[in-house]
Amino acid sequence: MEYIISKYNYWVYIMLMMIGFYAMMGKRNLVKKIVGLNIFQTSIILYFISIAAKKGASIPIVFHGHGHEPVRAFHYVNPLPHVLMLTAIVVMVSTFGVALAFIIRIYRTYGTLEEDEILAQEE
Amino acid sequence: MTEHLSILVVITPLFISFFVFLLSLTKYRYEWHFTVIATCLSFLIALSLLFRVLQTGPFSYRLGGWAPPWGIEYRVDYLSGLMLVTVALVVFITSVYAGKSIRGSGSLTREIIGEEGEVSFFTLYLLLAAGLFGIIMTADLFNLYVFLEITSLSAYALVGTGYKKRAIVAGFNYLILGSIGACLYLLSVGYLYIMTGTLNMADLAQKLPLFYDSRLILVAFALLMAGLSIKMALFPLHAWLPDAHGLAPSIISSILSGCVIEVAAYAMLRAMFTVYTPAFIFEVLPLKEVLSIAAAVAMIGGSTIALAQKDIKRMLACSSVGQMGYIVLGIAIANQTGLTGSLMHFFSHAVIKASLFLAVGAIIYQTRIYDITRLRGLGKKMPVTMTTFTIGALGMIGIPLTTGFVTEWKLAIGALEAGRWPLVPVILLSAMLNAVYFGRVLEIVWFKKDDDQPHGSGETPEPAAVTEAHPLLTIPPLILVSLSIVFGIAAFVPLSIAKKAASMLLGG
Amino acid sequence: MIERKKDLIIETLCRVLIPFMQVFALYVIAHGHHSPGGGFQGGCILGSSFILLCVAYDLIEAKRRMSEKLNTLFSSAGVIIFAGIGIICLALGGNYLDYGWLSKLFPVTPVDGRSLGILGIEIGVGFTVMAVMISIFLDLASKGKHEEELK
Repeated sequence: MEYIISKYNYWVYIMLMMIGFYAMMGKRNLVKKIVGLNIFQTSIILYFISIAAKKGASIPIVFHGHGHEPVRAFHYVNPLPHVLMLTAIVVMVSTFGVALAFIIRIYRTYGTLEEDEILAQEE
Repeated sequence: MTEHLSILVVITPLFISFFVFLLSLTKYRYEWHFTVIATCLSFLIALSLLFRVLQTGPFSYRLGGWAPPWGIEYRVDYLSGLMLVTVALVVFITSVYAGKSIRGSGSLTREIIGEEGEVSFFTLYLLLAAGLFGIIMTADLFNLYVFLEITSLSAYALVGTGYKKRAIVAGFNYLILGSIGACLYLLSVGYLYIMTGTLNMADLAQKLPLFYDSRLILVAFALLMAGLSIKMALFPLHAWLPDAHGLAPSIISSILSGCVIEVAAYAMLRAMFTVYTPAFIFEVLPLKEVLSIAAAVAMIGGSTIALAQKDIKRMLACSSVGQMGYIVLGIAIANQTGLTGSLMHFFSHAVIKASLFLAVGAIIYQTRIYDITRLRGLGKKMPVTMTTFTIGALGMIGIPLTTGFVTEWKLAIGALEAGRWPLVPVILLSAMLNAVYFGRVLEIVWFKKDDDQPHGSGETPEPAAVTEAHPLLTIPPLILVSLSIVFGIAAFVPLSIAKKAASMLLGG
Repeated sequence: MIERKKDLIIETLCRVLIPFMQVFALYVIAHGHHSPGGGFQGGCILGSSFILLCVAYDLIEAKRRMSEKLNTLFSSAGVIIFAGIGIICLALGGNYLDYGWLSKLFPVTPVDGRSLGILGIEIGVGFTVMAVMISIFLDLASKGKHEEELK
C-alpha cells in the first residue's frame, strides 16, 4: 500500500499520460486527438517538475538578502528540470500551433473534422 | 575563427533563415539565393570539420564557455563528421534543385503555397537544415531533443505543402506519431537524469555502468529505442512514412528520406553506443538477437510493401523503410565490419535516395504523372533523368561499382565473420526484392513503347510534348548519383572514415 | 470576431486593462532572474494583451495596431537578437553565448556581463513569442483567411 501512497506523483503522471494516449488513439475527432497529445506532453512536464522537488526547499531563485552568504543547495529546489521544462513547454506550444494550422486546412479541404468521414472521402 | 566552426555550421542556416523571413517585407525575391548561399557555406564548413577530425582526431566545443558536464558540448568525431558531410551535401544540392522545382512557373508546390508562401517555404527549409546539423553535432541529450523537435516541426509543416489533397492528412498523421516519439525520448532523458544527475553523453557513459542492473535504466533504454524507432520508421512503427514521404513535394521527400530518418538512426546509434556502451547492449541485454530479427523483418517487410505500390513516390518511400533495416542489421551484427557497412549505408542511402526522389520530381514536373504504369516509354523522351533514375536504382539494388554494393558486401562479410550466416540470405533476398520493384519501373520506362491510348483528362500533356527537364532539375540528381558511383569505385575514402568511426563506437 | 459587436462595458474595461497587462509583461521579462518569469512567460502575456484587443474589438481594429508586416518584423527581430548576441560574443573572443566577454563592449564586470547577456536574450525571446502568439491567434480566429479578407 505504501508503494502507491509514497510515490503518488508517479502514479498521477502515468494516469495522465495514459488518458492522453487513449484520447489520441480512441477518439475520432481530430481536435480531441490534439487535446490528447497536449495532455500526454503535459504529463511528462509534470513528471520532470516533480522530480525536482526537495523537502522544505524554496523556489530556485537566489535570495537577495543582506550580507552575501554562500548559496546552499538544500535551500533551493533543483532548477535544472525547471529550465528543461520551460523549453519543453515552448516545444509543446509550437507543436500545438502547427497542429491547429493543419486542422484549419483539413477543415477547409474536407469540410469535416471527423476521422472516419475524412477517410471515407478519400476512398 | 576556425575553432568556432563547430557552432557556425548550425548557426548559419538558423540566422539566415530569419533574414530570409524578413525578405518578405521587401519587394526583393532573393530567398532561393540566400538558401543556396547558406547551405553552401554549411557544406564547406562541414568539409573543413571532417578534414580537421581526420588530421587531429576528435575535438569538442563548449557552448557558453562552461565546461561539460555543466555546459552543453558539441562534439565532432569520425561518426559525426561523416554524417555532417553527407547531410550537408544532400541539403546543398537539393536547395539548388529548388530553384526550378519551387520557384518555377510549372511547379505544383507553387500552386499550393502561392507566391508569398515561397518565403515561408525557404525559411522552414533552412530551419530544417539547422535542426539536422544540430542533432549531428550535439553531445548533450536534451539539446538533441530540442533540435529533434526543430527538425520535426519544420518537416511536418513542409509535408503539408504537398500537391494532393491527402498531403495534409499525411502531415497531420506524421505530426501525431512524431510527437509521441519525441515525448517518449524526453521521458527516457528524464529517467536517465533522475538516476545519474547529468545529461552529457560522455558523462552518462561513465556513470551508468553502476546502474546496469536497475530496472529504471532498462526502461529508459526501452523508451529511447521506442521513441527513436518512431522517428526512424523502423518496421512496425513505420506507418506514417509511406503517406508522408509519398505525398510531400519531391524536394522535401528527398530531404526527409535521405536525411531526417537517417539522422534519427544516427541519434539511436549515439544512444546505444555512446551513452549505453556496447557492454550493456550486447552483454546485459540480448540485443544482437532481437535487433537482427527486427532488422530482417524491416528489410523484407519494407521491400514487400514497396512491391505493392502503384504510385512511384510511395514506392520509393516504402523502399526507405527497408533500407533502414540495413542500418539496424549492421548494429545487430556488432563487429567492426558490420558496423562499418551500416555507417557506409548512411552515406550511400542518403545520396542515392535523394537523387531518386529528385529525378522523380523532375518527371512529375514535366509530365504530372504519378502512376508507374503510365510512365511508358519515358526513357526516350527524358533520357538524362531516366539515366539518373536507372543508376540510382542499380545503387539501391546493390550492383557492383556502386556504394550500395560496398554496403551489402560489408554487411555480408560482417555477418559471416560473426558466425551469423542466416543473415546473408536475408540480405540477398532483400536485394532481390529491390531488384524486382525497381526492375519493374525500369522495364516500363525503357522497354515499353508508349501507345496512342488517350491518357485521360486534363492535366497530362500530349505524349509528344514531353521533353527533357530544365538543367536545374536534371543536373543535381546526376551529381548525387555520380558521387555514388565515384565512391563505389573509390570506396576506400568513405570506408576508412566509417571504419575509424565503427572502431571508436565499439571500443569506446 | 471579424464583424464588430459593440459592447460598451467590455470595450472600456479592455481599454483600461491592456496597458497594465503590457507593463506587467515587460516587468516579467525584465525580472526573469529575480522572480519567476523570463522571456517566454512575458512574451505570452504580451501576446495575450493583443488577443484581448481582438476579443473586445474586432480583428480589423486589431490589425490596425499590429499589421502583418510588424508581426513578421518582430518575430524575425527576436531570433536575430538572440543569435546576434551569441555571434557578438563569438566575435569578441569567447565561445558562442559566452556572455562574460560582453564586458569588452560594455563597461561591466564579466559577472554582470553574463546577467546583461541573459537579459538581452530574454528580450529577444519575448519579441518572438509575442509575434508567434499573435500570428497563431489571427490564423485561428479568422478561420485561416486573414490574409485575403482583412487587407
